[in-house]
Amino acid sequence: MNTTAAAAAKTDQAWGPMLEVASREVFELMLGCKLTVPDSMIAETPEITAMVGLAGQMCGVLSIRCSNQSAALMASKMLGIEPDKVGPDVTDAFGEVSNMIAGNFKNKISGLGDGCMLSVPTVVTGSDYCLHSLSNSPAVEVSLLFESMPLVVSLQVHS
Amino acid sequence: MDSIAALIVDDSSVMRKIVERSLRQAGLELSQVFEAGNGAEALSVLMENRVGLILCDINMPIMDGLEFIKALGGVEKAKGVPVVMITTEGSEAHVVQALNAGARGYIRKPFTPDQVKESIMPLLAVKA
Repeated sequence: MNTTAAAAAKTDQAWGPMLEVASREVFELMLGCKLTVPDSMIAETPEITAMVGLAGQMCGVLSIRCSNQSAALMASKMLGIEPDKVGPDVTDAFGEVSNMIAGNFKNKISGLGDGCMLSVPTVVTGSDYCLHSLSNSPAVEVSLLFESMPLVVSLQVHS
Repeated sequence: MDSIAALIVDDSSVMRKIVERSLRQAGLELSQVFEAGNGAEALSVLMENRVGLILCDINMPIMDGLEFIKALGGVEKAKGVPVVMITTEGSEAHVVQALNAGARGYIRKPFTPDQVKESIMPLLAVKA
């Protein structure tokens, strides 16, 4: 393994679990439900993606993606209403989830909180797109299940 | 404790609703809830209305939470009203900045209704 690959692997080992814990806490505290880890690789069909930019000592993009049904269920749990009643609040709620995961994640990295700013979230709907980050390292991705539906949390860092 | 009017300032309408629900779950009796999507909107609300509590995000477009607290000093109707920040920005520097600017409390997102209660009730008790 070359130096770059070794560094990337080390990053993945350290940040993957942190991303998972940060995500779990947001879902437990704000949505009242537990995320689970899939037993095997899951086929995801992302239809909505929320992104939050990080700038400063850590530069990159944290994104989360899932199905529309899953995002609607998140919004319904946050608002305490039925999923079919959430309407346009879905994108707002989904963006807030990404914002809280990003904030919670950076607050867990010692010394980073003061030196890293978050952008306001951006939400993309639809699946026919490619995200080209100016990252020079591979994305750290965590696959989870929200109410048995796939949810992927991804972090691309430009070191 | 008497019922109070609250102003919730956040650029996310979903988060404003969650904060309102958390206040009610914390046992606060709200006579009225005003909402604003940024600091400038919040100042407009305060020109016309008196509130007993302000909860405010930091990262917002147009006028952020820190600018808003600094501008509050010039609003007669907001004199002495406790401001509590509710934000994802949980760093030490942000907390110090907010408290120096005049905030009386600080709640990090994600939060529980109990955390909201612990931060807000002492402020209202002292005020009463």
